[in-house]
Amino acid sequence: MSAAAALPDLVERAEALYRDYRLGSVRAWKEQTGGLAIGYMPIYVPCELLDAQGVLPVGLMGARDDLEIIRGDAYYQSYICHIPRSTIELGLNGSLDCLDGVLFPAICDVIRNLSGMWTMLFPDKYIKYLDVPQNFDPDIGGRFYRQELESLSADLAARGARPYDADALRASIDRYNCYRRIVRELYDVRQEQPWRVPTSELYVMLRATQVLPVDDATRLVAAYRDAAMATEDRQPMDQARVLVTGSFCEQPPIGLIRTLERSGCYVVDDDFVQISRWIKSDVPVGGDPLENLVRAFLTDAIASPTRYHVAGEKGGELAERVRARRADGVIFCAPSFCDPALLDQPMMVAAIEKRGVPWTAFKYSENTGQFQVIREQAGTFADSIKLWSGA
Amino acid sequence: MTQPSRAISHANKDESQVRQKAMIARHFDELAAAPETGAKTAYTFVPGNLTELLLSFDLLPVLPEINSLQSAMRGKTAEYISIAEKLGHSEDVCTYVKSDIGMLKSGNIGPTGQRLPDPDVLLLSYTGCFTFMKWFELLREEYHAPVGMLHVPYQSDGRITPAMLDYVVRQLREAIIPLLERVSGRAFDEDRLRQHLARSAQAEEDLVWVLQSAKHRPSPIDAYFGAVYYVGPIFSAFRGTDEAVGYYRALRAEIAERMRQGKGPVTPDGDIDQERYRIVVEGPPNWTNFRQFWQMFAAEGAVAVASTYTKVGGVYDLGFRHDPERPLETLAEYCLGCYTNLGLPTRIDLLTRYVKEYAADGFLINSVKSCNSFSAGQLHILREVEARSGRPGGFIESDLVDPRYFSPANIKNRLESYFQMLEQKRLGGAA
Repeated sequence: MSAAAALPDLVERAEALYRDYRLGSVRAWKEQTGGLAIGYMPIYVPCELLDAQGVLPVGLMGARDDLEIIRGDAYYQSYICHIPRSTIELGLNGSLDCLDGVLFPAICDVIRNLSGMWTMLFPDKYIKYLDVPQNFDPDIGGRFYRQELESLSADLAARGARPYDADALRASIDRYNCYRRIVRELYDVRQEQPWRVPTSELYVMLRATQVLPVDDATRLVAAYRDAAMATEDRQPMDQARVLVTGSFCEQPPIGLIRTLERSGCYVVDDDFVQISRWIKSDVPVGGDPLENLVRAFLTDAIASPTRYHVAGEKGGELAERVRARRADGVIFCAPSFCDPALLDQPMMVAAIEKRGVPWTAFKYSENTGQFQVIREQAGTFADSIKLWSGA
Repeated sequence: MTQPSRAISHANKDESQVRQKAMIARHFDELAAAPETGAKTAYTFVPGNLTELLLSFDLLPVLPEINSLQSAMRGKTAEYISIAEKLGHSEDVCTYVKSDIGMLKSGNIGPTGQRLPDPDVLLLSYTGCFTFMKWFELLREEYHAPVGMLHVPYQSDGRITPAMLDYVVRQLREAIIPLLERVSGRAFDEDRLRQHLARSAQAEEDLVWVLQSAKHRPSPIDAYFGAVYYVGPIFSAFRGTDEAVGYYRALRAEIAERMRQGKGPVTPDGDIDQERYRIVVEGPPNWTNFRQFWQMFAAEGAVAVASTYTKVGGVYDLGFRHDPERPLETLAEYCLGCYTNLGLPTRIDLLTRYVKEYAADGFLINSVKSCNSFSAGQLHILREVEARSGRPGGFIESDLVDPRYFSPANIKNRLESYFQMLEQKRLGGAA
């Protein structure tokens, strides 16, 4: 079979993994290996460390519009975002039973408090609030983060994972470097030829990688990239090139991404499934691998509303992404009631307005099912870019 | 329903309130005069505040949260929030932040009608609230002042690990103190800090006595509405000062006298003569309708005997006192121990303990839209505390400083229903 001919099967496989709330691939992996599977909430956790100890990291990113929230809503007021209620729903309906624990990285107060609820709701599971440093001095924040990682490693070993081994971690870092490299390459392909890599496909690929062992994830993305590059069926269209930002935790429904594309936008950069790009370049493999992970987090992570902005222009990195991706405009696309994204937004807007970059903004929930208004807004935005921005 | 007039007698103002008002007025006078006197100011937050450290550098603290709540009590926040939202701040986010931005854009006039000075430093004590970090990133864009970030790890497991303590102490020693030295032009004086910390411990001792006086029947204090006044000095610019020591000593004597006389708490409409319901309250108050909100309780003879909001600036009733012998470690422990920095299981334990130790008839959650740190998980808290304490919980929703989210009729209706339920349970229990 040619690379191009494999494209429909690859997309179908990824979509099946993305749509499987019950984590069938994780259950199969556990049956096959007998290893631990540990879930993690979005943005960033040190998957390399888990992998090195024989643990499968499993990305938890809430649900879509096809999961009826019954018990989850009973835990949250109307003014709290949607991802914690769908996560609770999935936990209580048994979908996540195959997980031996969940990591809750320091994203915001909602996810932080969810870690406490999870501890009480699932007392037999391993639960860790992963407090990542907001001080990026290696001797201060780095020291603290290393201790956090050592504590995580010891906890996993106590739960039956393999004990920490530096060589194993080096090998895992190498595997994750390969994964991130192929994802970066895919993003570069989309930047250059967005008609070949629709974001609705790229997105399900990334979501699929969140439930696979890293080598399988890398192979899937590489195969998709090769297939997308080989296909002759896809031709460029007169679309506006946009950068979509703000969707780093609660993910948008796939229908929203398709709506953006159908309304005349090529998404040339985004914040979806951010863990696949959190560390910007290869983590060094030699030397002390744990220290390498710590340093990568401190000095080579992307700018995020969840990270303290120490110095330099706030929004400068977003502006640079706009420039580097040759985006014509920015769509601020944040979940309703998302504190990190929405509190950051005025500063981001100021940074791009200063450079004359057009923008528009709307909010969503992961279970949003009506896209007509968004289609009209995004379509008008794309039209205005094409008509007035000289793009 | 009980008749409001039956429960409440004459209104008056306690001496402690008069004293506090004078302290605050003097502080704002000093702030207003800062451009002329050359005094330097530090904007900072209530939870995890480092007042003793700031005072040791002669820096005057400004607390934007308190400015916001005072703006709300003066009826200014509708306008301020509207200004911020017109500037692009989302309707979904914290209204303290938007009120502060709106106040800044309106000339930065503080609660006493005087202009607040611009900050010389933004001391970002990132304790128990994610929004704090964004808030000072926003203010940095406005003031271009240096920011001292003190990241305080979260007590998810309800304990302070050596790694957490070491992390905070290192930040204090290697980042915060050198920054304050640069801003103030003064060298760090550890002895001076110790003196302030010793005064803090004295005041904390008296504050705890006052809060625990609510175990008495009738409670001589309201530990939610009334206690926000009591915690004012220690949560803000005065912890570690002689004034605070004097204030809390006087307050303690005042409450002791009320207790001796068998008096109930002071309310906006006078003393509560008949304590009908003893309630533990979780969550911050609404500030736009503070008096009206309080009256809804007082009219029913409902007295808050313990609250968690009065622990956001320090949970002293579990035994913590600032320790002058370990100045940086004690500051770190203080920051780590503030209420909203505690994991949900610990918060549930604390609330359950309050319900039992204060012999409460029930507990009530005021869930505010603005504050995810408090609010996310409160419905879970409700169920757990009910199950553990055997006392019924009530749940109402409002906001900190956005008047659009305070619905008096709705809240009053819910409170009355809740108190009726307590009454029925009491009657049922007696039958």
